[in-house]
Amino acid sequence: MERIPILKMGEFLLVTIQVDLYDRLALTLENDLINMVAKSGSKGVLIDISSVSIVDSFMGRILGNIASMSRILDAETVVVGMQPAVAITLVELGLTLSGVHTALNVEKGIDLLKSKIGDTPTDEDHDGIDD
Amino acid sequence: MMVLTTSQMDITRDQDVVLFRNRVKEYAVKIGMSLVNQTKLITAASELVRNMLKYANGGKVTLEIVSRNNITGVRLVFEDQGPGIENIPQAMQDGFSTGKSLGMGLPGAKRLVNEFDIKSVVGKGTKVSIIRWKNAV
Repeated sequence: MERIPILKMGEFLLVTIQVDLYDRLALTLENDLINMVAKSGSKGVLIDISSVSIVDSFMGRILGNIASMSRILDAETVVVGMQPAVAITLVELGLTLSGVHTALNVEKGIDLLKSKIGDTPTDEDHDGIDD
Repeated sequence: MMVLTTSQMDITRDQDVVLFRNRVKEYAVKIGMSLVNQTKLITAASELVRNMLKYANGGKVTLEIVSRNNITGVRLVFEDQGPGIENIPQAMQDGFSTGKSLGMGLPGAKRLVNEFDIKSVVGKGTKVSIIRWKNAV
């Protein structure tokens, strides 16, 4: 069966959607992604939709579901790279993607995720409170 | 109104949604519709075709390039033999759904096109017709 690949990048998961998703593929992605969050303990999910030309209410719901489910599993979701025409259409359609973080591109998305999860201090840079 | 090109497509399963959207895109590109208008038209078409699959197990769409007063546009007519809609004004309200969806399909689709017409007979089926003109806002 056809699947959208999910890449593990450090503590984040990256999904690049390069085809217009038909419903079953989108549902499979939702399922795979949530399982992967649980299995890998990732703190963030980046979904790149820069090649997606149509986001309808079904696709919007899938993105919202992924974000809510990930949040319950302690991971934040950022949707990146939305085309301007898609953004204009979504607002007119009445879909606000509430609960889904967005960023212009993958780089900004990673920055946003890092700020969301608050870079966990490692042993070397943990310097406590000075007197 | 003049019909310049016409074709039909049967919608019977999920996978047809993407195929159908590609067909709509072909038509929109053929008349030189702007990208934003294309996106709005295809998104509206996607909502309506999903409704058809969900509530009526599919149906038939007629795709047309039409012209009125020298302005061209794409007209899509969605016809199904599903249960029909009892209360159209209610179905046209944002957030109303008898299914488990967001209730965005019909009112959202209407906002995305220039002309929207819906007729429904309970027990017989529903017919939705939309037009998006090439450059209209």
